[in-house]
Amino acid sequence: MKFKLISSVSFSLMLARLKQTTVAAVGVTFSITMFITLLSFMGGLNDLLDGLITKRSPHVRLYNEVEPSEKQPVDRSLQFGRHYNFVSSVKPKNEMPEIYNSRKIMNTLQHDTRVAGVSPKITAQVFYNVGSIDFAGSVNGIDVDAEAKLFSFKDYVTTGNYIDLKNTPNSIILGKGVADKMLADIGDLIQITTSKGERVQLIVVGYFQSGLMDIDKIQSYTSLSTAQKLLVETDNYITDIQIKVNELEMAPELAKEYARIFETNAVDIQTANAQFETGSSVRTLISYAVGITLLIVAGFGIYNILNMMIYEKMDTIAILKATGFSGNDVKNIFILISMTIGILGGLLGLLFGFILSMIIDQIPFVTAALPTIKTYAINYNPKFYIIGIVFSIITTYLAGYFPAKKASKLDPVIIIRGK
Amino acid sequence: MSNIVLQARNISKYFHDPVTNQVLKNINLTIEKGVFASVMGKSGCGKSTLLYILSTMDTEYEGELFIDGVNMRNRKEKELALVRNEKIGFVFQFHYLLNEFSVIRNVMLPGIKLAKYSEKEVEAKAYEKLKLLGIESEALKKPNQLSGGQKQRVAIARALINDPLIIMGDEPTGNLDKKNSENVYEIFSELAETYKQSLLIVTHDPEFANRTHRIIEMVDGAITADIIQAEK
Ligand SMILES: Nc1ncnc2c1ncn2[C@@H]1O[C@H](COP(=O)(O)OP(=O)(O)OP(=O)(O)O)[C@@H](O)[C@H]1O
Ligand SMILES: [Mg+2]
Repeated sequence: MKFKLISSVSFSLMLARLKQTTVAAVGVTFSITMFITLLSFMGGLNDLLDGLITKRSPHVRLYNEVEPSEKQPVDRSLQFGRHYNFVSSVKPKNEMPEIYNSRKIMNTLQHDTRVAGVSPKITAQVFYNVGSIDFAGSVNGIDVDAEAKLFSFKDYVTTGNYIDLKNTPNSIILGKGVADKMLADIGDLIQITTSKGERVQLIVVGYFQSGLMDIDKIQSYTSLSTAQKLLVETDNYITDIQIKVNELEMAPELAKEYARIFETNAVDIQTANAQFETGSSVRTLISYAVGITLLIVAGFGIYNILNMMIYEKMDTIAILKATGFSGNDVKNIFILISMTIGILGGLLGLLFGFILSMIIDQIPFVTAALPTIKTYAINYNPKFYIIGIVFSIITTYLAGYFPAKKASKLDPVIIIRGK
Repeated sequence: MSNIVLQARNISKYFHDPVTNQVLKNINLTIEKGVFASVMGKSGCGKSTLLYILSTMDTEYEGELFIDGVNMRNRKEKELALVRNEKIGFVFQFHYLLNEFSVIRNVMLPGIKLAKYSEKEVEAKAYEKLKLLGIESEALKKPNQLSGGQKQRVAIARALINDPLIIMGDEPTGNLDKKNSENVYEIFSELAETYKQSLLIVTHDPEFANRTHRIIEMVDGAITADIIQAEK
């Protein structure tokens, strides 16, 4: 009953000043539209750039660093337990960065419910031989199926068929940069030299393009068994275990846990790519700052229009008070006006923001560096919409509150005397 | 219940701007039910000031004000608003109607605010009041489509909507021509005689005042004469 009365007065006042009310609402609509579009676009961009990393990087990577043992044999000896060890310049043992017990570790991981997938990898340092010139690079031996499933390997093989890597013995997929340097076509035989000095010939079955030029200039892929052959190792030999977890946020925790359990080194994606995180968060911060600035400007618009309305409607306020409306009723009337402008303008803003995002989503965006991207990316996170509407409500409430408070304090006697 | 509608005891009022100036001096006044009283006095003698205090809109005064036997001192703003809504009908020199609303809505607003009756019932009552004042045919117009006399009648209808204890008027005929003033007087008179409505009306028109039950004369913020007139 009470709300109905207040709202009927509010709406009548708004209708009487339809033009200004509309302008104020359009201000809110505009700022919310831009807020949503900006955040969706930046979100899409972040996803795209993060995708470069997260899609293809393991969330946790287990590996063995070649380093001197933390506990030297002399430390273990009881005989020297109370002595001070001053042996310096300790050197690591001559061993390969192999993960021991890799089968067992992989098996354990595959049964861990927090893990989405596991893929073994061998990294081998090689030289690519082009005529008389050699240049350094690396070859990754991968489990083709697991790599395709977990890291969208297929998407980045721009020429040739990725599955040939598994089906053709002694095959290699070259990084696009490597292939360009070697002038190697599909089906060509190329020659590489392993770190142990062996020369091996491999058949090129495809090109790989990650979008990161520096990587494409040195990196190539072979199957696990080919890599093991290159290094003259058994089929147990693995240097990395790549893990995808179900929840990205858990990665640092799991990395620590696995490092302890499996006695290997472990690095999580957040630590490995800290600079990308920073970039993303700065971009997000900027979009929020711009969006909120727009909203505050719209808020000032509402504030002005409400102040003007109150100035014009002094008589109305006086008569409402003289006939029994309390200061609080008057305040609610003006706050309701402001909130109506804010909510209507805000909802329209959400709609237009959504439409504008969809339009941007259709704009072609082709770049050689990102072979899988065809249009600009948009992130339709409902969070942006919730923040947008909540902010528009808060801003318009505040913008309305102060003029409304002023209206509620107006003394009807002064206004009536003023006539 | 006593017959006293409104009682002012020793009401004084000062203005401090630009210099302290006592505008009302120990006003004592009692209005009984069904009395049609008028207040006369030179311009600037404090009639409006008194009326604003009696209608609870002005709370800065010394002395005591009782409305319907209840002391109005130290009441919250909200409680005073309710008193105005329920017990006092106010008619101004300028009609003060809300141009955003139709005539009928204007009359209904204080009734809806009181919420004693449903909106439908308030509407029926509003029509009844408009009919009493002979302007029910204008109900759906906007106030700015009415003549001055019609507007003032709408304002009176609005003052009547909650069947108030007392109607106060600050020169309600001050802005009207002879014929319309006469009309407003007739309405007030009928309200007092037929419906036992108490009225306290400030006026400059001696002819108007002479036909009321009681004439209160003010000079320089004090009541100098309080004449009860015999029924005619
Ligand atoms: N806000 C104010 N500040 C200072 N003095 C005021 C103020 N309002 C009114 N006064 C003074 O109080 C006195 C009484 O004013 P009031 O309006 O009550 O007179 P009135 O009897 O209604 O006169 P009128 O018949 O012209 O309407 C006047 O002398 C006026 O100058
Ligand atoms: Mg006056």
